[in-house]
Amino acid sequence: MHDDHDHHHDHDDHQHGHAPPQKDHDAGPMSAYEVLEEAVRSLLIEKGVLTAEEIATQVDVMDSRSPALGAKVVARAWTDRTFKKRLIGDTRAALAELDIDIGALAEFRVVENTPEVHNVIVCTLCSCYPKMLLGIPPAWYKSLAYRSRTVVDPRGVLAEFGVAIPEDVTVRVHDSTADLRYIVLPMRPKGTKGWSEDKLAAIITRDCMIGTALPHM
Amino acid sequence: MVRTRARADTPPARRFSPGDAVRVSDRAVVGHCRTPWYLRGKTGVIASVHGTFRDPETLAYHRPGLPALPLYKVRFRQRDLWGRYAGPPGDELEVDIYEPWLEPTKGRMANGE
Repeated sequence: MHDDHDHHHDHDDHQHGHAPPQKDHDAGPMSAYEVLEEAVRSLLIEKGVLTAEEIATQVDVMDSRSPALGAKVVARAWTDRTFKKRLIGDTRAALAELDIDIGALAEFRVVENTPEVHNVIVCTLCSCYPKMLLGIPPAWYKSLAYRSRTVVDPRGVLAEFGVAIPEDVTVRVHDSTADLRYIVLPMRPKGTKGWSEDKLAAIITRDCMIGTALPHM
Repeated sequence: MVRTRARADTPPARRFSPGDAVRVSDRAVVGHCRTPWYLRGKTGVIASVHGTFRDPETLAYHRPGLPALPLYKVRFRQRDLWGRYAGPPGDELEVDIYEPWLEPTKGRMANGE
């Protein structure tokens, strides 16, 4: 169809609002990747590899994951030393104790911050992230700046997050390039003795488990 | 639902053990590869053994990724990676590397635990 008639909607000069201010998520033409995703998805369904229901179920699983889940795990590790030991020794099994299934996509490792070592997580190759424990990663985690600078200047990056690690503490960067997903077990702040797991979980933020923040009371 | 990266059941013989000094192969590669470029030719030490995992370089092209490969956590000193690392000498970087990318070396046994 030709679009060569001269009635042209110029929205710069002509703002009496044909559309609601919130853009429809599927307004505008599809990107090449959106077309590809839809094509592959419908082929997988057509050929019986997956069902639409399985895809919807997996979306629900992903949506159920958020930093609150990771915080619950950390709070348990802070209050139960034997759980912490199991969590570090066999993360998959320890998480299963809390009814957390991390799926078959990757193994998980918990790296513990100590007075001697501060850990920070990055994926320089893409943006590997412990989604099954922390949900969808923040946009900055996937940015080229975070991915490239964290390996070469971790202390500079941490300073931008407001985290200063003393010179006598080792900063250990984990570049998660393969089949393992990492989560940082932060140190429990002083002055939280006797706190319930729920109260502790409330101070454990997403960034504490990436290593770009420290928990504060 | 996602099955492609499950652990393989039969572990092959491992070439390296924790504490071994290793050098990351400096070869070029065409296609999917999970060994970061900035580590090529660098020397580190095996920190731990993760087990065996399917080979991502063939898995990425719809092949089974077998035989599965030993995967190691390799620890590097930041000062050995970058010419002008600004932090203290004790700072470290750990990366997961598949065995075919590691070569034995007589390099320094840096930071072995």
